[in-house]
Amino acid sequence: MIHDLEFGAAVAVASEATIFSPTSTPVRVRTVAVVHAGDYLNKLSGESVERECRERIAEGARELILNFSRTEIVNSIGVSILLGVIDAARSSGAHVVFTGVNEGTAELFEMLGLTNHVELV
Amino acid sequence: MSKPLYTLAEPMRKPAERGSKIVHAFGALADLGAEVANRGNFQDTIRTSLHLLLGSLGIMRGGVGRYSLYDGEVVFAAVRGLGDEFPLSISLTRDDERLMLECGTAALEVLDARDLPVLSRFGWIFEAKGIEIIVPLVVRDELLGMLVVGEKATGEVYANHDKDIICAMGRHIGVAISQRNLLTELERKADETRKLYEDMRATYNDTVRAFAAAIDSKDKYTEGHSTRVGKYTEIIARELGWPDDEIEGASVAGYLHDVGKLTVERKIINAPYKIDAKESKELNRHPAVGYEILLPIHHPYADVPLAAKYHHERLDGRGYPDGLYDREIPYIAKIVNLADSFDAMTTDRPYKRRRPVNEVIEDLQHNSGSQFAPEITSALLRGILRETTGETKDKRFRRLLGREYMETENLSPLIAHALDNIGATQSIVLTA
Repeated sequence: MIHDLEFGAAVAVASEATIFSPTSTPVRVRTVAVVHAGDYLNKLSGESVERECRERIAEGARELILNFSRTEIVNSIGVSILLGVIDAARSSGAHVVFTGVNEGTAELFEMLGLTNHVELV
Repeated sequence: MSKPLYTLAEPMRKPAERGSKIVHAFGALADLGAEVANRGNFQDTIRTSLHLLLGSLGIMRGGVGRYSLYDGEVVFAAVRGLGDEFPLSISLTRDDERLMLECGTAALEVLDARDLPVLSRFGWIFEAKGIEIIVPLVVRDELLGMLVVGEKATGEVYANHDKDIICAMGRHIGVAISQRNLLTELERKADETRKLYEDMRATYNDTVRAFAAAIDSKDKYTEGHSTRVGKYTEIIARELGWPDDEIEGASVAGYLHDVGKLTVERKIINAPYKIDAKESKELNRHPAVGYEILLPIHHPYADVPLAAKYHHERLDGRGYPDGLYDREIPYIAKIVNLADSFDAMTTDRPYKRRRPVNEVIEDLQHNSGSQFAPEITSALLRGILRETTGETKDKRFRRLLGREYMETENLSPLIAHALDNIGATQSIVLTA
């Protein structure tokens, strides 16, 4: 099942899978979550993107895809927010993928070491 | 970590990287400068500052703490990536403070700063959280806080130019904290001054009321007259829509209008008969004497002496001491004149009983335009009407005049009629 979630700064799309717990009660978790970074990463309000990512990870997402197709510029605030996402994902063993990143932003991510922790596709 | 799927062309990336890093860091520094200059919410400024610092060099974690000299605590106003176990408050010793002040805003590597007493107590958590650098925030030889930063996302060690950038940003953040401290101190001082002013004002008003009581004590038949005139003056000023501080000033003028009577012989004031011309001349000196008494006092309200001097003047020029006409009479004196006359009509005097309220209303209406300013008379009547119709729950007139007096039959229609008539009166401009 796939559904869209509108949450102001970004739109998340999540797919769900059913896994079985040791008590044999089936638990449905979202394994892949897509979060659109939007154009909010250059100010404090961009923290909502981080919150959304953390919520998806807390819900059990193991693959977090951040879509930057609507993001023109990422400044230092945005980089810090994304580092927060990376840190949260790393603590939970989730894999982070950045998609739709333009060339200038990709250079920045590589220069600052974000690409050591995420995949750019 | 798997190899990135997206790679840049090697020749494009390498030569540009160093310059790009500097441009990016300068951008963050400029944004930080703008953030510090923008005097918005302090917490937001600190959070944004930390983002800019971490994002400028790709630092995984860090925090900004504000130091309080009074309790020796660094309280972290913003932290990122340090987890819940990281203490939000760290106490510093005097030695910590001294050593940090000696360093100024410099980057101290945690591993090389073991002589800082704070690290003997908190070094373990700094290590556990991967904090590599501490930067004391010093502005004008005062320790205002500290920055703590963890590892870079690249995994590289901090180069000297990285530390220079962190310190430059630390100085900006220090300025933001310094501004905040100054503002807090200013607010505290302004608050103290406000309280002092309130105390002085209360003392002044208590003194004014004490004077009014002293004035009234000379006249056993008109006990409370000055106090009542003060209250009527206040009611009229409020009905006229004056601001609170001017209402207070008007009230003071009412309380002190008869201060000159302190110099009039008691037997004249208390004469149980209509006083003769000589005694009347003596009594009529009280406005001018009151003015002389009040003039040298630095009142918060300018018109208090004028109200005392001219509160027996009439619009038609038949008043005293100077026989002024309408516009020559200070406005506050016109208000006090009405309040004074209203009290005289509504209280018992040595030689006559007080007049029924319907007669008083008719008298006010009749003398409006000749003795009393029409808009001031209307203001007083409106105040009474609000109470008689129940528009206000305030029982000021009832308390001052007595319940029975205020429950005279058909009082509200009578006042409404008087108000209509006074409203139709053209303001007559009378001059000599």
